[in-house]
Amino acid sequence: MWLDGAALVLIIPASAAALLAVLPGYKLSARFNVVASLLTLLAALSLFVEHRQIGTYLLVDDLNVVFIALSTLVGFTTSVFSASYIGHELETGRLTPANLRFYHAMYQVMMFGMNLALIANNIGLMWVAIELATLATVVMVGIYRTHEALEAAWKYFILASVGIAFALFGTILVYMAAQPVLGEGLQGMTWTILVQHVAAFDPGLLNVAFVFLFLGYGTKVGLAPLHAWLPDAHAEGPTPISAVLSGLLLNVALYAILRFKMLMTLNAAAISPGPLMVTVGLVSVIFAAFMLYRRRDIKRLFAYSSIEHMGIIVFAFGMGGALANFAGLLQMTMHSLTKSAIFFTVGHIAQVKGTQRIADIKGLTESHPMLGWSLVLGVIAIAGMPPLGIFMSEFLIVSSTFAREPLLAIGLVFGLLVAFGALMLRLQGLAFGEATGSTTGSRASYVPIFAHLAFVLAAGLFLPPVLVTWFQHVAQMLG
Amino acid sequence: MHGLAFDISHLLAGSLVLVSLIMLYQDRLYALLNVFALHAFVLSLSVGWQAFIQNAPHLYVTALIALVFKAGIIPIALHRMIVRLGIHREIETTAGIGPIMLVGVGLVGLSMAVMLRVTAEANLIAREDLAFALSVLLIGLLLMVTRRNAVGQVVGFMSLENGLVLAATGAKGMPLVVEISVAFSVLIAFIVIGIFLFRIRERFDTVDVQALDRFRGEQI
Repeated sequence: MWLDGAALVLIIPASAAALLAVLPGYKLSARFNVVASLLTLLAALSLFVEHRQIGTYLLVDDLNVVFIALSTLVGFTTSVFSASYIGHELETGRLTPANLRFYHAMYQVMMFGMNLALIANNIGLMWVAIELATLATVVMVGIYRTHEALEAAWKYFILASVGIAFALFGTILVYMAAQPVLGEGLQGMTWTILVQHVAAFDPGLLNVAFVFLFLGYGTKVGLAPLHAWLPDAHAEGPTPISAVLSGLLLNVALYAILRFKMLMTLNAAAISPGPLMVTVGLVSVIFAAFMLYRRRDIKRLFAYSSIEHMGIIVFAFGMGGALANFAGLLQMTMHSLTKSAIFFTVGHIAQVKGTQRIADIKGLTESHPMLGWSLVLGVIAIAGMPPLGIFMSEFLIVSSTFAREPLLAIGLVFGLLVAFGALMLRLQGLAFGEATGSTTGSRASYVPIFAHLAFVLAAGLFLPPVLVTWFQHVAQMLG
Repeated sequence: MHGLAFDISHLLAGSLVLVSLIMLYQDRLYALLNVFALHAFVLSLSVGWQAFIQNAPHLYVTALIALVFKAGIIPIALHRMIVRLGIHREIETTAGIGPIMLVGVGLVGLSMAVMLRVTAEANLIAREDLAFALSVLLIGLLLMVTRRNAVGQVVGFMSLENGLVLAATGAKGMPLVVEISVAFSVLIAFIVIGIFLFRIRERFDTVDVQALDRFRGEQI
């Protein structure tokens, strides 16, 4: 039977994109967007029960099922949030109905691109898919057509294209390395075949390839020296896009790096990718932590926090080993859920207050208790306070690092503390004190926010054993 | 082993690097576009030659795309866009031409040193092609960095993509998927860029990217 879950996670978004491009009426298309995202999520969940499968082009294994489930879940909740968010944008005239039709179609194109990148069994196909998802987000970032939005989209486009060009060069080099062993043709680009034979590849070529791939996909992850597009793209685009950028697209690029890291570790003579990842991760954490202090725009603040967290995650995977990989996976899941919940909240806050400037937003718990306390809970979670999920994953990362490389752990803890201070400082002004600005109620959709935060809280208190064994298995796969 | 096949592909790939270097010192937009058209033309010759010696007919398609699309349609379209928008025809560079050329030459040396060393076991043609492709890629990057004008950056990006096509065709028997995707991505990239140029024009009356920097959110 060809119409299985793996095909459905691609077919549903692709056909939904085509339909949404012609469907008039924003209310209808917003609902349709939600339904399509829900169906994709269900298809993704069906992959858990289905037998693992390896095809010529598509691959479903324990590693990418985690990523696909997470990305379709956040994709679904974001579409729910987006439905209420865009209604307001339409009222205030920032977007027109024609913009919205385009927006919804692009949303599904992006979901298609990300799912394809995650499920592809071919390094070339994966590259194409990531490029597709990137282009879809570029046009969505520029959708407001203000000066800032255009500049952000332009910067994002140029930096992401350069990154993606480097990634393609790396991909070609991997093929070149595979060619003497595997011969010409498709098998030289198929993950499952590459993994079996990588030990015999030329290590020199693999080394250079990995550097290019790491630089290329690392640009899309938003790692420190290559992060310049990330805050702008988050701050100037529509907030649902900020949520999916942080929650999903960064993870997809990270997934690509992890796959290539698996290749590298299987070749004994090639350089170990660990030290490179640890260094870049640590630099990102410390750099972003200090940058948090100087932010005046609320969406930029959380964009830098995303850089910090991607740094932590790359650090954890760079350390490697079963425990650190497990913690990295957990951190990635928790960060996706928490950060998108924060962006949902921030989106509504910016709408009711009519500004994104931190200085103009005060006393949210007074004026909008629901939004204010959601923000407090979200920021506490993202800063890594117990008993929420991120505390647990960060604790695991720090403790496993202390056991192996105490000096690195000190650097990491320093970065975490600096970031913690910055977030608490800003949170105090935002959430407490005398309320300023508009106090009109908002028609926010709280369900996605609470669902995410409830999951993060639940994960902090008790991780279901099924999830633990699954993650442990994936952590061992990553090596 | 140094047959005529090798000599010609060596010549063509080497010319591509040379044309890349020529692009570096252009200070007028029209001239830059003309040199880019030449770049794409040399690329299409090189790819066509690869198709011939590798006996890989699908590469002719890639060569044709490079010839028609990159050497023809895009330069003409950009040319018309410049005329219509009335953009300044001179490009400001961020540094003097001399230092930029020196850096360019240095990058070529760097890519030779890196690629020739690591590909010691690979096929000779592929080896040369990869080294040249990396030079073209790095010079394209340098071109983007040193041009303040949006059109200049776009041309830089496209020359960078030309380097990638050279690498992809040099890798013998690389599946067709990739070539088509590269060509396709250039197409998409161009559309996106075209839209952006238009919108930029609407808002700023200039395509000088420096004007954009003023609007950065942090500086309000």
